[in-house]
Amino acid sequence: MSRIGVFICHCGENISRTVDVERVALEVGKLPGVSFSTDYKYMCSDPGQNLLKKAIQDQKLTHVVVAACSPRMHEVTFRKATEAAGLNPFLCEMANIREHCSWVHENREEATIKAIDIVGMMVERVKKNRVLPTITVPVTKRSLVIGGGIAGIQAALDIADCGHEVILVEREPSLGGHMAQLSETFPTLDCSQCIMTPKMVDVANHPKIKLYTYSEIELVEGYIGNFQVTIKKRARSVDEDKCTGCGVCMTKCPQKKIPNKFDQNIGMRTAIYVPFPQAVPNTPVIDRENCTWYKTGKCGVCQKVCGPGAVDFEQEDQLIVEAVGAIVVATGFDLYTIDEKPKGSPIKGYGEFGHGKIPDVIDGMTFERLASASGPTGGKILRPSDGKEPKQIVFIQCIGSRAREKGISYCSKVCCMYTAKHTMLYHHKVHDGQAYVFFMDARTPGKSYDEFWRRSIEEEEAVYIRGMVSRLYQKGDKIVVMGSDIAVGVQVEIEADMVVLATAIQPQKGADALAQKLGISYDKYNFYSEAHAKLRPVECATAGIYLAGACQGPKDIPETVSQASAAAAKVMTLFSKDKLEREPIVARVKESACVGCFACKKVCAYGAVEVKEIRDRQGNLIKTVAYVNPGVCSGCGTCQATCPSKCVELDGYTDEQIVAMIEAL
Amino acid sequence: MHPEKQTHAFEPKIIAFVCTWCTYAGADLAGTSRMQYPSNVRVLKFPCTGRIDPVFILKAFQQGADGVLVSGCHPGDCHYIAGNFHARRRFAVFRKLLEFIGVDLNRLQFSWVSAAEGGKWVEVVTDLTERVRAMGPMTEFKELAMEEQWSGAINTPELQEAYNSI
Ligand SMILES: Cc1cc2nc3c(=O)[nH]c(=O)nc-3n(C[C@H](O)[C@H](O)[C@H](O)COP(=O)(O)OP(=O)(O)OC[C@H]3O[C@@H](n4cnc5c(N)ncnc54)[C@H](O)[C@@H]3O)c2cc1C
Ligand code: SF4
Ligand code: SF4
Repeated sequence: MSRIGVFICHCGENISRTVDVERVALEVGKLPGVSFSTDYKYMCSDPGQNLLKKAIQDQKLTHVVVAACSPRMHEVTFRKATEAAGLNPFLCEMANIREHCSWVHENREEATIKAIDIVGMMVERVKKNRVLPTITVPVTKRSLVIGGGIAGIQAALDIADCGHEVILVEREPSLGGHMAQLSETFPTLDCSQCIMTPKMVDVANHPKIKLYTYSEIELVEGYIGNFQVTIKKRARSVDEDKCTGCGVCMTKCPQKKIPNKFDQNIGMRTAIYVPFPQAVPNTPVIDRENCTWYKTGKCGVCQKVCGPGAVDFEQEDQLIVEAVGAIVVATGFDLYTIDEKPKGSPIKGYGEFGHGKIPDVIDGMTFERLASASGPTGGKILRPSDGKEPKQIVFIQCIGSRAREKGISYCSKVCCMYTAKHTMLYHHKVHDGQAYVFFMDARTPGKSYDEFWRRSIEEEEAVYIRGMVSRLYQKGDKIVVMGSDIAVGVQVEIEADMVVLATAIQPQKGADALAQKLGISYDKYNFYSEAHAKLRPVECATAGIYLAGACQGPKDIPETVSQASAAAAKVMTLFSKDKLEREPIVARVKESACVGCFACKKVCAYGAVEVKEIRDRQGNLIKTVAYVNPGVCSGCGTCQATCPSKCVELDGYTDEQIVAMIEAL
Repeated sequence: MHPEKQTHAFEPKIIAFVCTWCTYAGADLAGTSRMQYPSNVRVLKFPCTGRIDPVFILKAFQQGADGVLVSGCHPGDCHYIAGNFHARRRFAVFRKLLEFIGVDLNRLQFSWVSAAEGGKWVEVVTDLTERVRAMGPMTEFKELAMEEQWSGAINTPELQEAYNSI
């Protein structure tokens, strides 16, 4: 038999003004199972809590109902007090007679009757409450960082500096991401390589960081604190332990005319290559598609010239399994490529700008490579078609961005700033040249950003034209740009030598496939979704997985670095304890009744439902049933309402508890 | 909002099934904002609308509810990613079934009330209460229960318990 204690709070006068608390205590006291019932001025105060604790002990209470404010306010308070008095905290429930009663009704009689009902309902519920143990799961204090751009590098360094091991996985042969491609960076114009390469080297030398480049994530299993990750390390054809990075192989390789992706395909590389001279690691990779040896079985020059004998044509892809407790996703962005259909759009891209057809129409990243001192032109602004210096250059912003009809309605955020930067770099390098910019708006929020943008107009003489370009075409060796200046209301026509398009920032290709492996959600553009746009901007809804950088949405470097450090801090918070404690509101399966239809597995958004095999003593399979992993379950209960054989139960919200409440009414 | 202080011949019993994160919090907000609404509603809290089994709605009508409200987060705002979508799908089918067995669907209201929509909670609850008040008591299930009782089929505590747990 239960001995329930009911405590009715006056909340000063907040409740007692409209609810006759003494009558509630009296009426509820008559309910079967209630052995103690009282009212008190402030239940949440110290004396109030002591009253509760004392009653639990003196009256040998088995369950507690506190009728007061919303459980969202004080459930934790009263459950703690209950626990302190020696009862399981989940044997305490709150009845909300303030927000849901005294504050929203004026009629004292009606409010009192409603309060009696509410408390009575909770009394019936609490009778069915069970002792729930706190769930603890162990935490593996190693983390995985996916993506070796500035976001991944920053997160990896921060976590490793706290003494925890980091596995960093990068798809390309070198660390660096897009930032390594940049020439100089806004808003300070410091050289990107100069601030980036030391960090790349720090990663390579860090005793706590294990770096896998030219590698990808194959499979992710497990849950917060306990992930098992399978990494596919693609064959480099060069033994990383033997290679000294001398680079002789690259000087001898006969295949010299392969467009280098790192240089946006305007520079060339060999078949055995590092993407750029400062690459980390500086071990080359053989691009098997373009290598003569792989194509014809002859050549092998690199192998012959390699002193330490590092070239290994037989090397194969390797699968490596790592155990980690947390994952930081930092896979960055890709640039919108013209003429490709954006996701969800029936319309093809911006064919009207001639990108890909007119050689001197390039994108912003290509301009970065032209302006970079270590780029294919040695930092000279030369047009790709004939190597001449462009004297008239047109920049067009918002290519793809903010164009709902083309399938991208968001703003790419960095283009206004990098275009301003480009006009400056151009003016510094081509003193007698003239830069024009077509723009819709100049969006320059950020520290020192607007000043930077103004400088491009006021000091660097860029001409900004508010309006869009309708068409451009090749005329002799010029590109005719036709557009409108909506500020003045006139048509503009410029004969340019080169055109630079600020193309939209999009998620990495294959971002959705990776999200599915990780079990994280993404928006309609494939940017990864944070758990809460304002209050949990670096966590995924899937516990133990965090976001950093442009994979979550367009970002500049300062923002990327801040988010990466924040993600690292979240990982450190997780690693600060040996075991994770969590609320035991999780689903459980009654295996004897489960028929193995796995309807529950289909509706669980967290992938918490696993397949479990039941075997007899001889090891013969009897049946397969559902098993809910308590480490993964978030406690929504969708599975329970779905189960046709009523054999999953959400602790804390069992059918018994809910039906008891309905019946009390 | 100050509803007219008047006595009605019939006070409907309204049961609301709501999720913790959005609608329960929205109802809390109505409270902290001291908005006023009819006191007929009794709120049952669930982690997510995804947890709400249609059987509970039947049970509520059986227990004498005259109107039932189910309310959760707006589509896309589910705290548990997609629980409300599963709920929506489930209830779309369930409504058809209720209609088939002859329950007036005006007694059953589904709505989305976010944690910020105290005003909407007041509106939804007030509308449903007044609508059901105008419809009069829900008798179908009670009559059914009476019929069965009269037939003498449910006359032992065991049978009663079995009946209750349908
Ligand atoms: C033309 C241009 C100019 C810019 N100029 C500036 C500037 O001057 N100042 C400024 O602050 N910002 C600038 N930016 C923005 C800046 O480039 C970004 O803020 C920054 O690069 C974002 O870093 P990230 O690490 O998030 O992404 P990324 O740099 O894209 O790095 C992501 C990394 O993850 C890897 N990766 C992707 N998918 C996988 C996978 N599945 N598995 C493993 N690895 C994967 C990629 O290979 C890459 O190395 C500019 C951007 C552009 C386009
Ligand atoms: S829905 Fe029920 S019966 Fe089906 S697999 Fe899940 S637990 Fe088992
Ligand atoms: S309660 Fe929700 S999170 Fe837990 S197993 Fe069921 S569906 Fe998945």
